[in-house]
Amino acid sequence: MSVKRVLIGMLAAAVIAGPAVLAVSAQPKEIFIPLLVYRTGPFAPSGVPIANGFVDYFTLLNERDGGINGVKITWEECETQYATDKGVECYEKLKGKAGGAALVNPYSTGITYSLIPKAAVDKVPVFSMGYGMTASADGRWFPWVFNFPTTYWSQASAVIRYIGQKEGGLDKLKGKKIAHIFHNSPYGKEANPTLEDLARKYGFELTLLAVDSPGQEQKSTWLQVRRLNPNWIFLSGWGVMNQVAIKEAASINYPMDHFIGNWWSSSDADVIPAGDGAKGYVGATFHAPGIGFKVHQDLFKHVYDKGKGAGEKARVGEVLYNRGIANAMFSAEAIRTGMTKFGNKPLTGEQVRWGFENLNLTEQRLDQLGMKGFTHPVKVTCEDHEGAGPVMFEQWDGKKWTIVSDWIPTMRDVVRPKLEGAAVEEGKKLGYTMRDCSKEK
Amino acid sequence: MIYREAGQFKNTYASDQAIFPIVQDRWIVLALLVAAFCVPLVATEYWLQAVLIPFLVYSLAALGLNLLTGYAGQLSLGTGGFMAVGAYSAFKLATAFPSLPIIVVFLLAGLAAALVGLFFGVPSLRIKGFYLAVATLASQFFLVWLFNKVAWFTNYASSGTITAPPRTVLGVMVTGPEATAGVRYVVALALVMAFALVAKNLVRGRVGRCWMAIRDRDIAAEIIGIRPLRTKLLAFSVSSFYCGVAGAALLFLYYGSAETLAFDINLSFLVLFMVIIGGLGSILGSFLGAAFIILVPIFLTNAPEAVGLGLPVALQKQLELMVFGGLIVFFLIVEPHGLARLWQISKEKLRLWPFPH
Repeated sequence: MSVKRVLIGMLAAAVIAGPAVLAVSAQPKEIFIPLLVYRTGPFAPSGVPIANGFVDYFTLLNERDGGINGVKITWEECETQYATDKGVECYEKLKGKAGGAALVNPYSTGITYSLIPKAAVDKVPVFSMGYGMTASADGRWFPWVFNFPTTYWSQASAVIRYIGQKEGGLDKLKGKKIAHIFHNSPYGKEANPTLEDLARKYGFELTLLAVDSPGQEQKSTWLQVRRLNPNWIFLSGWGVMNQVAIKEAASINYPMDHFIGNWWSSSDADVIPAGDGAKGYVGATFHAPGIGFKVHQDLFKHVYDKGKGAGEKARVGEVLYNRGIANAMFSAEAIRTGMTKFGNKPLTGEQVRWGFENLNLTEQRLDQLGMKGFTHPVKVTCEDHEGAGPVMFEQWDGKKWTIVSDWIPTMRDVVRPKLEGAAVEEGKKLGYTMRDCSKEK
Repeated sequence: MIYREAGQFKNTYASDQAIFPIVQDRWIVLALLVAAFCVPLVATEYWLQAVLIPFLVYSLAALGLNLLTGYAGQLSLGTGGFMAVGAYSAFKLATAFPSLPIIVVFLLAGLAAALVGLFFGVPSLRIKGFYLAVATLASQFFLVWLFNKVAWFTNYASSGTITAPPRTVLGVMVTGPEATAGVRYVVALALVMAFALVAKNLVRGRVGRCWMAIRDRDIAAEIIGIRPLRTKLLAFSVSSFYCGVAGAALLFLYYGSAETLAFDINLSFLVLFMVIIGGLGSILGSFLGAAFIILVPIFLTNAPEAVGLGLPVALQKQLELMVFGGLIVFFLIVEPHGLARLWQISKEKLRLWPFPH
């Protein structure tokens, strides 16, 4: 009897009090950034380093510079496990907190798709750095979404260009067999239309091989690969899927230097489980790996040596950790750009949006940030939320990643017209109209 | 003392057969309904969007599965697939016929799911119990695979994502990005209310009795003249209809946009757990189960912070999973018949209170 009473009481309390515990805070003095992370579940191998890089960079800004132009940054993590419904809940929970979110980084293409319509209504900019909906790069249709420095479609075109370089010219691609192994989700499918277009244009034979989420089971896929024996494989995986794919490739002795991962499929956690078999594996990236930059020295000095690091010191400089830094840096610079117009105070989502749209990250500015050569300069405009930045390629030598290519330009002439067409289609789905960029200031 | 039915006489058949024969129950339910419709006036957007709307949508799905598993005794793991049929057909209908009223779209999507459910219910005539569960599992995987594979279902969207188009009811935006959480909540509430009423009347009428007869002993049911073919297939199609509408509501009223990943096997398990924890063969149980599965994790995520414990998110998530799992086991041991049974017991107690002997 008493046990049951306690139980019923507990249940009632849980049901009633559950969401009520969210406090609403007063006048903001700080910039608030919600972080949608996944430190648990099948995608944790990819999620943990990104989240750590993100948090560490903000800690660095707070410790070293006292925030952005003197305005401190606060953030709150919310665990999504890469699941769309959890991500939406996190967004709803955090968007109004501490005076309102300055921006949101969904960190999942599925969550991005769900947030794109919501964020525009709530006036929170969505920054999906190198992921999300490619069509949202057309800022005339999607003013609230930013996906610079480059998109999946641009990346796919750069990968084909890189393969062309290795084969000795894009015309040599004719008759070559290229397989795209992708995570069977909006994320994995994004590159397919571009690859199909390029296959038609350059006459290579494209095979699309889907792997169902989360991707632990790939035996049948690799059986197909063995039968097909493609000249090149392009991988769009995430989380545990990458590790499995690379191990499978190693076990069939596929030449690893002909196996290219996209920028979400080429981090340390992906290659280490395959051991020596992963040697030679190539990955796309839009920033450098390693700890050879001034920003890393600052991170050690101001964050890790003070015991404020989010992760292990040894894992600083992993590819995805650096991606977290890049993402945090882009966000911070966008806010800083917004402050040039609106003053050094916590900005609203609308003001941050202006900052994103007018972001011009020059070589010189990167140098000041201690990131010279870390990533490519970016200029965002009202029409172009992608920046169409070029892509680099890195190779795993069994111990570390090294950059093995120059900045390879994307095929903007192929991608942009398609992208504008897709933006019209996606925008119309949401009942949007195209804005006139000549009227924006 | 308060909850006492002494002095309430039933003079007509109608009053004797009422859904809530006790006056107090009627008042409580009425008050709850009025309160439920007033919620958007006071609730924050987080409450509506992240708590109440999913609760309603999952309640509808749990209701559907409860008709099949709880009342007709046919174990099904295909709920996610049937919800996907509802969502994708609602999407196709809404985009192909923009002038079709959205409520009609929901009902047609339910019908599509009912047809698919009818088809996948055929094996139930030969196989039972766990074997049937495996057969319905096949439908789950097949349907999700189909929607992933055939681009027509997503209107050839390159990402395979379907997005709820903006639609109005009586001039008010109910779906799409401009629809406020309050409006979507009210639509979901009205849907759930109507369907719960229909379900309640189904299960206490001839159809429900046939289902329960089949559930309790199918051979005996057949001997007394209940046709298993019709009864089982009806259960499958009605249940799938509910799940289909729930799937459409999931897309149009909750997510706004979704991919097949949202309808994977985990969803089927989730709804099945709701039904088991809430109480098999109980309409109220569907709601209690959905509330338990949706609200308790949210409470567990937010609780440490509320008492001032700033735990790292990963630890918090793992704690949440452990405590939640523990609670499920605990409840199933203490009350294997589900939360609905707990409510029933406390009702009995309330009747006698304060003189239990």
